[in-house]
Amino acid sequence: MAKIRSGVLGSFFHVDAATQAIEELRARGHEDLTVYSASPNHEIEGALAHKGSWVRLFTLIGGLTGCAAGFAMTIWMSDDWPLLLGGKPIASVPPYVVIAFELTILFGALATVAGILVLSLLKPTTGLMYDEKFTDDHVGIFVPCQPGAYGDIEELMKRAGSVEVRHAPA
Amino acid sequence: MERIITTFVFWIGIGHAGTLISAILFLFRSPWRTAVYRATEAMTVFAVMTAGLFPIIHIGRQWLFYWLLPYPNQRYLWVNFKSPLMWDVFAVSTYLTVSTTFLVVGLVPDVAAVRDKVSGWRKKLYSAFSIGWTGSDNQWRHYSRGYLYLAALATPLVLSVHSVVSWDFAMGIVPGWHTTIFAPYFVAGAIYSGIGMVLTLLIPLRKVLHLEHMITEYHFESLAKVALLTGSILFYAYGMEYFVAWYSGVNTEQTTFYLRALGPMWWAGWTMIICNAFVSQLLWFKKVRTNIAALFVISIFINIGMWFERYVIIVSSLGNDFIPFAWGQLDPTWADWGILAGSFGWFLMYFLLFARTFPIVAIQEIKEMIPMPRRRVGGHH
Repeated sequence: MAKIRSGVLGSFFHVDAATQAIEELRARGHEDLTVYSASPNHEIEGALAHKGSWVRLFTLIGGLTGCAAGFAMTIWMSDDWPLLLGGKPIASVPPYVVIAFELTILFGALATVAGILVLSLLKPTTGLMYDEKFTDDHVGIFVPCQPGAYGDIEELMKRAGSVEVRHAPA
Repeated sequence: MERIITTFVFWIGIGHAGTLISAILFLFRSPWRTAVYRATEAMTVFAVMTAGLFPIIHIGRQWLFYWLLPYPNQRYLWVNFKSPLMWDVFAVSTYLTVSTTFLVVGLVPDVAAVRDKVSGWRKKLYSAFSIGWTGSDNQWRHYSRGYLYLAALATPLVLSVHSVVSWDFAMGIVPGWHTTIFAPYFVAGAIYSGIGMVLTLLIPLRKVLHLEHMITEYHFESLAKVALLTGSILFYAYGMEYFVAWYSGVNTEQTTFYLRALGPMWWAGWTMIICNAFVSQLLWFKKVRTNIAALFVISIFINIGMWFERYVIIVSSLGNDFIPFAWGQLDPTWADWGILAGSFGWFLMYFLLFARTFPIVAIQEIKEMIPMPRRRVGGHH
C-alpha cells in the first residue's frame, strides 16, 4: 500500500457548499486541490478555474498523422509495384481519399484516447485520500497539507458545509 | 454467397443507429440520448462484430483473410487501393475500432461507480476495468474534452462507413447497383434498420430490468421519429430508383426494376417496399409512436424489411444481369438460413452478456442531467 499523502479530505453533499470551500481554499493559497465528483460540474470547474485540456492537441496530431499516413501508404504502394490499368494514373488520388479519411478518424480517435490516458488516468493518484461516496453522490475535496495545518482546514471545510471531514494519519 | 453479403450489409447497417445516437446526438445535445445510448452503442459494437464474420465466411479460405491487409509479402505485391472492397476493409475495421473505443471510454466512470459498490472478486475485476478512475477534477477535465472529440470523429465515420459499403455495389456496373443515390440511400437505410433493432432490443430489456422510469415513452417516441424520417428517405429513394431506371432509357436497368416488382422475386421486392416504405408511414400518428406494443411490432417489420432490402438489391440484381442466358434464381439452403439464424444468436449472446455485466444505462450521464443538490435555493444555474 502506498504511503498516504498528508492532507485533509472533506465530503460535501451540496455543490454550492463544495464550491464555497474550493474558493476559500484557493484564496488561502491552496492551489493543489483534488476535487472528486460523480459527474462533471460547471460550478466546480468554474471555482477551480482550470485551463483548457491539451487532449485537443493529441486529437489534431493523431488526425493529421492518419491523413498523411493514408495518402503516403497508398501512393507509395502503388508506385512500388506499378500496374498500368486503362491508361489511368498509377497513383490515383481520388480513391485514396477514402483510405486517408478512414485513417484520419482511426488515428485521431486512438490519439484522443492516448491523450486522456497520458494526461489524466495514468497520473498516479495513489496516496491521495479517496472515498467510495464520490462516485455516488458526494463531492470530495482533498487538500494536501502538513499535519500542523489540519485544524485550520478542517474548520474551513466544516464552516463551508462539509458533511464529513477526515485527515491523513499524522 | 449472396446471402452471406446480404447478412453482412444487414448487420453493418444495424450498427449505424448506435453511433448516430451516441455520437451525433451527443454533439446536438439531444436530451433523449442519455437513457438509451449505452444500450445502442453496445448494440453497434456487437452488430459490427457480427457483420465482420461474414466477409470472412464469404472469402472461402478464411485462414488467408490477412491477404486483405497491406503487409509486406514474398511476392512484393500490395493490395489494390482502387477497389471499393479494400476501402471496406479500412472502413469496417476503423468503425469497429472507433465504436469499441467510444463504448469503452464511456464505460470507465460507470465501471468505477460499480467498483465502489461491490466487493470481493467483482471489485478486483471492475477495478481493473476502471483503470484508476476516481472522478477527480483533472480526470473529468481531460475526459470530457476527449469524449467530445471522440464524438466529433465518430460522426463523419458513421456517414462514411455505409457510404463505403454502398460503393461496394455502386462502383460495379451491375444493373440495380450502378447509381449515385446509393450512398445516402444506404446511410438512411442503415439508420432505419438500426432504430428497428434498438426498439426490438430495448422494449423487452426495459421490462426485464425494470427500467421503465428511465427509458420512457418519450425515448421511444423520439426513436420512432428518427425511424419515420429515415423510413421516408427510403420511400423517396425506392421511388427515385424506379424513376431513374425508367428515365435512363437503359434496357437492363428497366428490366431489373420491372423484375423486382413483377418478376419471380416479386415477393421479396414487395416485402421490402411494404415493411420499409409503407410501415414507416404509420409513425406519422402520435398514437402509434406512443404505443409501445405497436412500436415493437413495427420494429420487427423494420428488421425483416431491411434484411430483404439487401437481399433484393444483391440477389435480384445478380440474378438478372446483362446476359439472359446466365439468369437464374437463388435457392437458399438450410445452411444459409442456419448461418443467418446463428448470426442472431452470436449477436444476442454478446448483447445479453454485456447487459448482465455492465451498466446498460449510462449512470454518470444521467447524474449529469439531474441538478446537484444545493444548500441555498437559487444561485447560479
